[in-house]
Amino acid sequence: MLWVDDYRPKTLDELHYHVHLSQRLKSLAASGDFPHMLFYGPSGAGKKTRIAATLNELFGSGVEKLKIDQRVFLTPSRKKLDVNVVQSNYHIELTPSEVGNYDRVVIQEILKEIAQTQQVDVSARHRFKVVIINEADSLSRDAQAALRRTMEKYMTNLRIILCVNSTSRLIAPIKSRCLLIRVAAPSQGDMLTVLNHVAKRAGAGSLPEDVADEIITDANGNMRKAILVFEAMKMQSPDLSSSPPIAKPDWETYCYKVADMIIQEQTPQRVMEVRAKLYELLSHCIPATIVLKTIADRVVQKVDESLKADIMHWAAIYENRMRLGNKKIYHLEAWVVKVMSLYKQFFLGIELGDFDDLI
Amino acid sequence: MAANFFQARAPTKKKQAKDKESVPSPSLQPWVEKYRPETIDDVSSQGHIVSVLQKTLTSTNLPHMLFYGPPGSGKTSTILALSRQLFGPDNFRARVLELNASDERGISIVREKIKNFARQTPRAEAIASDGKKYPCPPYKIIILDEADSMTQDAQGALRRIMENYARITRFCLVCNYVTRIIEPLASRCSKFRFKPLDSSSARDRLEHIAAAEQVPVNRAVISALISTSSGDLRRAITYLQSAARLSSATEPPTPILPGDIQEIAGVVPDAVVRKFAQTLGVDVSLIASGDGDVEMDDVTSSTTTTALRGFDLIRETVRSLVREGYSASRILIQLHDIIVEHPTLTGRQKSGCALIMAEADKALCDGADEELWILEVALRVHKAVTS
Repeated sequence: MLWVDDYRPKTLDELHYHVHLSQRLKSLAASGDFPHMLFYGPSGAGKKTRIAATLNELFGSGVEKLKIDQRVFLTPSRKKLDVNVVQSNYHIELTPSEVGNYDRVVIQEILKEIAQTQQVDVSARHRFKVVIINEADSLSRDAQAALRRTMEKYMTNLRIILCVNSTSRLIAPIKSRCLLIRVAAPSQGDMLTVLNHVAKRAGAGSLPEDVADEIITDANGNMRKAILVFEAMKMQSPDLSSSPPIAKPDWETYCYKVADMIIQEQTPQRVMEVRAKLYELLSHCIPATIVLKTIADRVVQKVDESLKADIMHWAAIYENRMRLGNKKIYHLEAWVVKVMSLYKQFFLGIELGDFDDLI
Repeated sequence: MAANFFQARAPTKKKQAKDKESVPSPSLQPWVEKYRPETIDDVSSQGHIVSVLQKTLTSTNLPHMLFYGPPGSGKTSTILALSRQLFGPDNFRARVLELNASDERGISIVREKIKNFARQTPRAEAIASDGKKYPCPPYKIIILDEADSMTQDAQGALRRIMENYARITRFCLVCNYVTRIIEPLASRCSKFRFKPLDSSSARDRLEHIAAAEQVPVNRAVISALISTSSGDLRRAITYLQSAARLSSATEPPTPILPGDIQEIAGVVPDAVVRKFAQTLGVDVSLIASGDGDVEMDDVTSSTTTTALRGFDLIRETVRSLVREGYSASRILIQLHDIIVEHPTLTGRQKSGCALIMAEADKALCDGADEELWILEVALRVHKAVTS
């Protein structure tokens, strides 16, 4: 088992950081008056872990007995949808955005079904069941609208916990019905404590400070990434003393290569080469947004100050178009070409200026 | 006789089931439901609408209605209170059909369900079980909540149904955006526009609820509730309830502070936004702030610790904002407030900032990457302000 899963805290007391938040959750769970909740924060900050720990606090260890179910839904147009749901006796977890546009059907069916059945287990601590909706920010507007009244009407049998990266795409009525809980990324000190804790639990000996620092800077607030990198390093050199370089994922080095290519040369020929590389990245299922962001990051490090703002500006524009459009590669390429032309213009501008001076 | 027997029986059975389902423990009920106005006179700050509807109570003649207005202004509450007053508790279930976006509302459902409901001719009963006399006019009310999320086709299907059954049913469409209701439907209804609540009536209502729930709140907290909810009473009540839950759940119970409300509402703390604005070159020292000492600390720390300049500084600030998990749209709103109300920026600078913020808002709604767009806003605001 991976360390990330193995040493994941199971109860609220075991959580290492955001102590204040854990206390809040604990007292909420104890009060019996439990609201709908919306957890938001960057990835790897510990949203899911907190949700699981809260459930544990609410219902006891029974929530850890999970079973995975495949449910079949029928759309009004008689199309069959398969959705994987994870459930225990007390809660059910689903990712409706898996089925794309039909998420509304899933929401309506599952929520209604749960809302209309009462808890039969007499020993259960609470009468309600909890529905966890992952990636709620990619729910369609219809699906979100379908949640609105259900959340109010079936309060006795049902609590909803939404888990999102950002609240920007949620409609206001949903936000106003939930208790918003912000899970910020852990600070550097927090991450160090957690890494040390993991090292101790895994029997990996003490973690040299410089290695820890390196891991933490690389992870940029993503706890999961930090622990994964740590484990990978441990695999490579069991004593950690030689301090192996952080194993960057292949795609990242590949992206850096692309960025370097863009800066080295700005010709149509080079565009074709970059295009081949981008295709390679996309065909390995690296999300286009991440590709764009990584390359832009790298390019910006290497260019003149006055160009940086423009490059990020176009990155933002093309990233947005990528979402609206259909073919990601077009927009990636368009951005590459834009950057090349900006870069070239910048240099030509200087040369021309020099030329003017000479005359 | 037999028919009568069944008719009399069926509703009571239903009612019992309903009671069991919804009333078991009032403490678990959201306060929004618990404190819905009982009569239309209780509806806050919609004087004109209430007085018009008051007349329909006496004349028992009701047009089709279209309620529109921003969320939390009392649309659903008004129609529920009105129908309760018209029919009384006994007939309420049988006479009112409430459909909202969580129900399947395709064309076929609209046809079937509404037709079935509309077809059964109602029978007036004189005196209700609680001894009061209700007008109980000879028609049924169909409430279509959140009607702007109905498809165009479903709305089209309603047109003829509305007319065909006009003798025995009244429709009440409730929506946020009247423009999303197709013209033929809108023209069949008398329109009522709900205003966002003014702060004094919102304050009254919140104080009333706080008193009834025995939550100790002071004026500052209520002001914080009103300012964070911007006229949406439902949101304000939900925040109040969440805050009350949190404060009563801790041992010993802590008093509610305005800061708690801001945290619950997902508002970015003022100091953070001000620091961000300062990084962008906006002079924040001229703006009065609620917490002066906090701000002073931030100013000194930001000037001493930053070795970075220009692009890198902005980027680092944006990164830390994203890591803190603040929502991009929220940052945008608050930054917008600072810039638009800024005393010394020129009109040209402000309009430059407004342009880019509008663009960013659109992009965020389309689901663009948050970090990229906050950075984009930051860079361009920086450019606009310093140029």
